[in-house]
Amino acid sequence: MATPPVHITRYATPLARVRGFGAAKSGTAHWWHQRITSIALLPLSLWFVFSAAMLAGKPYPVVALWIGHPFNAALLLATIAFSAHHVAAGLQVVVEDYVRNDGAKVAGILAVKGLCIFLALLSALAVLRLVVVRVLV
Amino acid sequence: MSSMQDSREPTFIGKRTDGTMIRRPLSPHLQVYDMLQMSSALSISHRITGVAWSAGLLLMVWWLVAAAAGPGPFATATWFLGSWLGLLILFGMSAAAWFHTLNGIRHLVWDAGHGFAIPDMYRSGRAVLIGTAALTVVTWLVVIIAWG
Repeated sequence: MATPPVHITRYATPLARVRGFGAAKSGTAHWWHQRITSIALLPLSLWFVFSAAMLAGKPYPVVALWIGHPFNAALLLATIAFSAHHVAAGLQVVVEDYVRNDGAKVAGILAVKGLCIFLALLSALAVLRLVVVRVLV
Repeated sequence: MSSMQDSREPTFIGKRTDGTMIRRPLSPHLQVYDMLQMSSALSISHRITGVAWSAGLLLMVWWLVAAAAGPGPFATATWFLGSWLGLLILFGMSAAAWFHTLNGIRHLVWDAGHGFAIPDMYRSGRAVLIGTAALTVVTWLVVIIAWG
């Protein structure tokens, strides 16, 4: 009744597997990037949430000048960049975990990354526009 | 002979003590797992708040783009954010953000190799929940003071 043993042959040597970073092809890069971006986002999130809270109900010129201030603009650009990277990495894992079909999985990951890059560029351009406007007024 | 449905299947293959191959099961799933333990409850909450915060970043994008577009679009954005629905979403978003931030610190401490003992794990979990409530209240006190 017992099924005959199945033999799995690996043609690649262990050294070749290590050089190719194993089955995931990227080693620990994804895991490490998620940690690095999370550490950067700790102070940036604190700063952004409390800054946004303090801007509640403020008139348009105050907000526009605040965003266009070089100090705030630099921190906003950093927040946008690290957030986009962290969100893309995080949602990629969610897609990998819950989407079974390989085609849909790749499509989902590409959609997540494309959307994150597009929204990050859009936000960054909005911040840079207000920096320029602040200089002109 | 069935075709492979899932690219992870080769990693499920294990060996019985008699040397025959067996397809190992997946990790415990919803039907057989007690989801009311703090360990698993905070774990899935970390993922849920992460996804929620990702969606919430759309509000930040809208806010920045509206501000860059001019007073008209900015008035529309702040009208929505200041409405009951907008405030409800922002309140949930702030709680989700603080939970994900504090529980993220907990994860970073684990990554460094500390805090794995069960009592430590429960203590840090309670600290995250209390910290989330405290930071959310402080955030909205700032909003109320700034708005008033």
